[in-house]
Amino acid sequence: MTSRIRLTSDDLMARLVLLPAIVITIVFVYGFILFTVYLSFTGSRILPIHTWVGFENYVRLFRLDHWYVALRNMGIFFVLYIGIATLLGLFLAILIDLHRFGERFFRPIFLYPMAISFIVTGTAWKWFLDPGIGLQHVVRMWGFTGFTFDWIKSSEMAIYTVVIAAIWQVSGFVMVIFLSGLRGIDHGTVESAVVDGAGYFQLYTKVIIPQLAGSFLSVFVILGHMAIKSYDLVIALTGGGPGRATALPSTFMYSYTFQRNQMGIGAASAVIMLLAIAVIIIPYIHSQVKEL
Amino acid sequence: MTIGGTVRMSRTGKAFIVVLMVLFAIYFLIPVYVMLVNSVKPLAEIRAGNMMALPATFSLDYWARAWATAQIGVQPTGLRPYFINSIVMVVPSVILSTLIGALAGFVLSQWPVKHSKLIFGLILFGAFIPFQTVLIPMARILGMLRISGTTRGLVLVHTVYGVAFTTLFFRNSYAGIPHELVQSAQVDGAHFWKILTHVILPNSAAVMTVSVIWQTTNIWNDFLFGASFGGSRGQPMQVALNNLVSSSTGVLEYNVHFAGAMMAALPTLIIYLVSGRYFVRGLMSGSVKG
Repeated sequence: MTSRIRLTSDDLMARLVLLPAIVITIVFVYGFILFTVYLSFTGSRILPIHTWVGFENYVRLFRLDHWYVALRNMGIFFVLYIGIATLLGLFLAILIDLHRFGERFFRPIFLYPMAISFIVTGTAWKWFLDPGIGLQHVVRMWGFTGFTFDWIKSSEMAIYTVVIAAIWQVSGFVMVIFLSGLRGIDHGTVESAVVDGAGYFQLYTKVIIPQLAGSFLSVFVILGHMAIKSYDLVIALTGGGPGRATALPSTFMYSYTFQRNQMGIGAASAVIMLLAIAVIIIPYIHSQVKEL
Repeated sequence: MTIGGTVRMSRTGKAFIVVLMVLFAIYFLIPVYVMLVNSVKPLAEIRAGNMMALPATFSLDYWARAWATAQIGVQPTGLRPYFINSIVMVVPSVILSTLIGALAGFVLSQWPVKHSKLIFGLILFGAFIPFQTVLIPMARILGMLRISGTTRGLVLVHTVYGVAFTTLFFRNSYAGIPHELVQSAQVDGAHFWKILTHVILPNSAAVMTVSVIWQTTNIWNDFLFGASFGGSRGQPMQVALNNLVSSSTGVLEYNVHFAGAMMAALPTLIIYLVSGRYFVRGLMSGSVKG
């Protein structure tokens, strides 16, 4: 009897110390999201107001050129960023796993960009890709006077410089995920493939990579949500320009909400971003938590 | 076990692998090399010369300027006050978010609580949301609390949005502590806090390190919240760096920009060099179960 009473007070204490995390989540995550969703259905401009306008903000949003530029850029960025970073990260992981120097010397070098901020990365690449002083200038000084690389100044090509810098930063992270996948490979299958005389290419494409399905899923989910959230890097690298050539949904949201005083439309664009991420993340969290 | 240990590779093959890794290492190191060498070169040398070349004239002037006198916005204060802002912002946010996450992680993994999986899943979702969906209400709340534009406001923001990550770290780490340990302590008459301090805390050194390193890196590197809620006086280092680089009127002082970028990068780079192992663990927790 006494032990039951004691357990009850302990159970109370357990709920009490869990409370801060729960309250924070309810208020600052779900409460705030609901408020933003609500605002997206109001005529709010410079400040939140409560005039209900239904789906008008969404209709207006999808009629805006600026939003189309942002969506098109996100499409290009999402596909290239995830595709190239996945391939590069996988390749780096394979290299590191093949040589005893890999883990000790090269892994830290490939991964360090993840420790620095997008603003620093953006600043470094902004001047490195600047045709006046950066790569183009250097290669011309080496004697290739016709060399041109001015994507960062071009409305059409600037979005690809965002891809270049983003891949530089994230590939080491992808590598680490694949490395842990490679450590879980069934070595019996590798040995028997080697005994059967499989070459390296066959060994990887037929035996090893098919066993990395879980790692591919993790990489896709993590890169996918990072891509949709991308903001800082674009601000530091191109400022969203030239003009609005490198606008993304995140820069669109910020500019409409805080600079153009179109809060309703800004909120609607944030809701679209959330929906895109939810589609990727919710099934993933569900599958992971279910297994716990 | 590594694949390299299983597939006996020829010497030429191994040499080829090393050459490839060296080439990639150069690719990854170039941007920081460029920042470093050009942060100690006179402007004329950068413009006329080669960005990849070592400095002909070496000077730490540009570091001094970036630190103490460079124009940030309208004030010629250098980055120093903003560097201090960042420290004042990071330390309490890291401590608070780690504490809240440690307690929640303990209860969710070791205490029988109804719907603990659901609660964990709902908390975890907060780690992935695009922060654009919380900017507007957060601006309102900070205004109502009269802490918008202050470092205290940013401490609140970083604490609440760090909890999802720290809860994840601690829940997963504490799930590895055998239930029998907690149960036998209960049988011995230990209460909640005694179990926490005598059973759980001694097993927490690694996960504490992971949490502190992850939160420090993340909060130090944040830009969006700092730019939205830092105002002009409370802005952290990354926001000040971006102001330095993007709002220069007149001559673009690349060397000062690079010196400033190095200052913004060094704290987290040093943490990474000293304790990369824990940084990797934090990253891997991002894929929930690693």
